[in-house]
Amino acid sequence: MTATLTVVRAGALTTVQDAGRRGHAHLGVPRSGALDAPALALANRLVGNAPGAAVLETTLTGCALRPDHTVTVVVGGAPCPVTVDGRPAAWGVPVRVPAGAVLDAGGVTAGVRSYVAVAGGIAVEPVLGSRSTDLLSGLGPAQLRPGDVLPLGTAAPRTPPAHVAPWPAPPTVLPLPLRPGPRADWFTATALRTLTAATYRVSQHSNRIGLRTEGPPLDRVRTGELPSEGMMLGAVQVPPDGRPVVFLHDHPTTGGYPVIGVVPEAALAAAAQAAAGTPVRFTPG
Amino acid sequence: MTAGRPLRVRPAGRHALLVELPDAERTGAFHAELLRRRAAGTLPPVEEIVPGARTVLLDGVPHPEELARRIAGWEVPARATDEGEAVEIPVRYDGPDLAEVAALWQVGVDEVGVRHSAYTYRVAFCGFAPGFGYLTGLPAELHVPRHDTPRTRVPAGALGLAGPYSAVYPRATPGGWRLIGTMPDPAPLWDLTRDEPALLTPGTRVRFVAEGGAP
Repeated sequence: MTATLTVVRAGALTTVQDAGRRGHAHLGVPRSGALDAPALALANRLVGNAPGAAVLETTLTGCALRPDHTVTVVVGGAPCPVTVDGRPAAWGVPVRVPAGAVLDAGGVTAGVRSYVAVAGGIAVEPVLGSRSTDLLSGLGPAQLRPGDVLPLGTAAPRTPPAHVAPWPAPPTVLPLPLRPGPRADWFTATALRTLTAATYRVSQHSNRIGLRTEGPPLDRVRTGELPSEGMMLGAVQVPPDGRPVVFLHDHPTTGGYPVIGVVPEAALAAAAQAAAGTPVRFTPG
Repeated sequence: MTAGRPLRVRPAGRHALLVELPDAERTGAFHAELLRRRAAGTLPPVEEIVPGARTVLLDGVPHPEELARRIAGWEVPARATDEGEAVEIPVRYDGPDLAEVAALWQVGVDEVGVRHSAYTYRVAFCGFAPGFGYLTGLPAELHVPRHDTPRTRVPAGALGLAGPYSAVYPRATPGGWRLIGTMPDPAPLWDLTRDEPALLTPGTRVRFVAEGGAP
């Protein structure tokens, strides 16, 4: 019989995420997947799953779950209080949750997104090779709601290979190295200097599609519309208001605003954990 | 490729390249060449090949500079205009913007469907939503601007026009295109039970077949 998790409290935004959908961008299908990819891999390792097994990604306020079998769970990513049936439990290390008990991952004390990995993985039906929720195009399971029941995969019969691991702290300043983008020449020399010299801040309007920023607007030398072109993960797109948006995993696969630079994928995990108001420093690199 | 400097490779981060071409036709030909080389096993590993209006993005490329050098030396043949079967899309020309488009085209309302269905289109690229194909093929004198204010909801199956493009909405979304018709059953546009979920993939030729009489 399949073990399941029942959603007791869904939180502000909790979705199923794995390593994402690859190879379908030409059909308009975003990559999707966990925004904090190292947290996904580490959480899975701690419960003995394959690195890309599906987990739950929460946003700021966590979630609560009730398994119908005894399961091993780890809550990692953004730090938060963890309880089992109201009793404090450890964050960042594997916890046994008895059948029928409620695991609660609380509101974050820093960062944005916590990850709840369960031994066996969340076993919802894959869509185009991934179990990830894609909020832009509506593929994969919907955002969790109270009462949802999630199937679990079969846990590995062996004990998890590690019990304790260091988790990176959420950033107090977000460094974003920047490579030249395909449309850097659409911007003034002043705009290019401003981008790397000024301090931007993470906007509260950020989401899984993009990390929006607030700061000095970037002026263009070329006006007019850019014909739609392919967009890459980490693209720094500049819409008409001049404020750069860093594309995260649910970004559209084609778009019409110029891309001034590209942030390497490895730097985006920190972007996923940068709370609204966090200073952003774009640096050439 | 042909004379001049028809192909320009733009930087796009550590693992991607944006190849820019002068027009939609040569973009389509270059995209077709990429697919041919990938099928033949002569293209280095590339995770995503994403055509745009006048560009093709190559993403998930281990060595972009090396690939850029190779591409610069390619001979890319022009694309045959009539190869392969065209996908037929049944459509009723009954959209809410039919009269506006008729006025812009300076024809009668009944004439819009007759004109629109007379051309063969091609999927230039996809985006906006899964299975949403941007179809080129409408002559320049029939291009119409999109609405200044988008509709908050365009139903699935709506056939719209915007600039050089025609498209059928695979699902209900907001949208600013001028709606001239309806595909009565839009389900085949995006069907996850098929091996290829999108009916309209980049490069596919498309014909619209008018259903029923004039509205």
